Amino acid sequence: MSKDLESLEESELKDSPFGRKISLSVRVKEKIIEYFFAVNGVVALVFVILIFIFLFKEGIQALNNIGLLDFIYFDQVQLDDSLKRLYEWYPTSSEERYSLLPLIVGTLMTAIPATIISTLFGVAAGVYLSEIANPKAREFLKPLIELFASVPTVVLGFLMLAVGASFFNDLLSPLNRLNAFIASLGLSFVIIPIIASMTEDALRSIPNDLRMASYGLGATKWQTISKVIIPAGFSGVSASVILGFGRAIGETMIVLMASGNAANITMDIFLSVRTMTATIAAEMGEVSQGSDHYYALFFIGIILFTITFFLNLLAEIIVNKMRKKNVF
Amino acid sequence: MEIGKKHKDIKGTFFIGLTKVLFVFLVFVLFMIFGKIFIEGMDIVSLEFIFDEPRNNMTEGGIWPAIFGTLSVTIIMVLLAVPVGVFAAIYLTEYAKDTFATRIIRTAVNNLAGVPSIVFGLFGLGFFILFIGRGIDDALGTGLIWGQPCLLWASATLGVLVLPIVIVSTLEALNSVPKSHRDASYGLGATKWQTIKKVIIPQARPGILTGTILAISRGVGETAPILFLGAAFFLPNLPVADICIGDYCIPMINPAEQFMYLAYHIFILATQSANPTLTLPIQYGSTLVLIGITFLLNITAIYMRYKYRKALGKI
Repeated sequence: MSKDLESLEESELKDSPFGRKISLSVRVKEKIIEYFFAVNGVVALVFVILIFIFLFKEGIQALNNIGLLDFIYFDQVQLDDSLKRLYEWYPTSSEERYSLLPLIVGTLMTAIPATIISTLFGVAAGVYLSEIANPKAREFLKPLIELFASVPTVVLGFLMLAVGASFFNDLLSPLNRLNAFIASLGLSFVIIPIIASMTEDALRSIPNDLRMASYGLGATKWQTISKVIIPAGFSGVSASVILGFGRAIGETMIVLMASGNAANITMDIFLSVRTMTATIAAEMGEVSQGSDHYYALFFIGIILFTITFFLNLLAEIIVNKMRKKNVF
Repeated sequence: MEIGKKHKDIKGTFFIGLTKVLFVFLVFVLFMIFGKIFIEGMDIVSLEFIFDEPRNNMTEGGIWPAIFGTLSVTIIMVLLAVPVGVFAAIYLTEYAKDTFATRIIRTAVNNLAGVPSIVFGLFGLGFFILFIGRGIDDALGTGLIWGQPCLLWASATLGVLVLPIVIVSTLEALNSVPKSHRDASYGLGATKWQTIKKVIIPQARPGILTGTILAISRGVGETAPILFLGAAFFLPNLPVADICIGDYCIPMINPAEQFMYLAYHIFILATQSANPTLTLPIQYGSTLVLIGITFLLNITAIYMRYKYRKALGKI
């Protein structure tokens, strides 16, 4: 816009009453203001880079001090001089053990069930809101879902701890009162609204022509939903599931309060587990700065940052592709 | 199939029914949960509970220091994050063309929104406290003041965390200002800055306010990043210092102090207090207050967004 004005001004409009030249001081002022906004404009990018730099600055020390293999296993010398291979996270023992395996297993044992539960309920809720609910109900229910997305995670952690754990303890009597299952239920409350809301957006962006064409061919409502709408919105739905999975991996308070925090390597969902996020949260306050343990926690931070970074990128690429494809 | 003849779709009826059942079950569970918090919380929440100090090893009394700490952190967070976020959004919509660089910036905004909150905590520790804070202390030679966990760095870290919320809301608001209004302003001879100041920002104000409210709500509810950025289990004094000009003193938030935080208060009472069952009523009360604050903020934001979208004819 401003370019047009400038070019006009310099050529044919020179003598016209509209061609009054903008004074130099005004132009300098405008330029300064533009640079001021530009500095602020890159702030998000700067912080992403700073986060990257400062995580690596501290975390990379862990590789020097501890070593990559020690993040996987620890060979303990037994009484008979044989070696026993341990996969344990035990940084405060006299023989510090830094295996990340139990933490990664713990993270997956909470994040995967949570994503499965949330996909079921979230997609159902999204389909219901977009295709089945009448518009009046939708206008009320969509904000309700958004409202539940705003519940602080510490509240959900507290609820799982105070109510959920006891309820399922009586119902299923699991081995550990606080376990991966309780944590993943808590996580679901965070992820369901994300998946529901994004699914609804994706399905609603599908042009109505597709629905009409499907009905015109004699398809029923369910046939239209399952054969036309969901395939058309599939990329949007899968992006929401990926984002939800990323949130589940990065969520801290719920798993810290409800997972039991015992670093088990287990496939039993009713046992306590310890996630990567909960480990940082629980131990960062107590480590002495500059110790191996301190750097190891930053190293876990790098892993978390990297995983969620790529999951978000993947979701964004899928959404962008969908937008391009959906221009009818 | 004959035209006009309704055919029975048993499978379809079943699945549509199932979708409805899942949705109703979900809403039912949510209402049960928040009903529970409401009922248990109402037993203890009163004005006295909100404005009273914790007493008797935090088993009695109120939560005022935690609320005050939350307010202080949030105020500083808003002062730091909102201007920067709004200016960033203005740059992206009004100045930058849709180039490779702006697409990178937009990707960065989305990715910043997806960084786990505990990683922001690590970042706050590594960048704000150890790099900037220690840097300031070394430069001033005053000893350890800024190079340790305190209110300012917790606010700054939360500020970075909520930045994407402010940017995205403002972007939406700015994009909804019709191009014709900009053209009209330029046509009247206004410069770009005059157009932004007099035409665009006034129209985008509800959107900016919505973003600010959502940012506050997010900041109030975050716990993980502030765990090791200065949130304290219990403090006998509020983080306040007197600022004096001559004999006239006014109490101000002291950003170099540690602070109590409502969300952290719930966490700490539920998991680390000597007797969690004894403090259970206070936990429910604090939770109700926290949820009350976030719901109130979000309902306001949702309503405002609904209103200005409607005003723009988008719904």
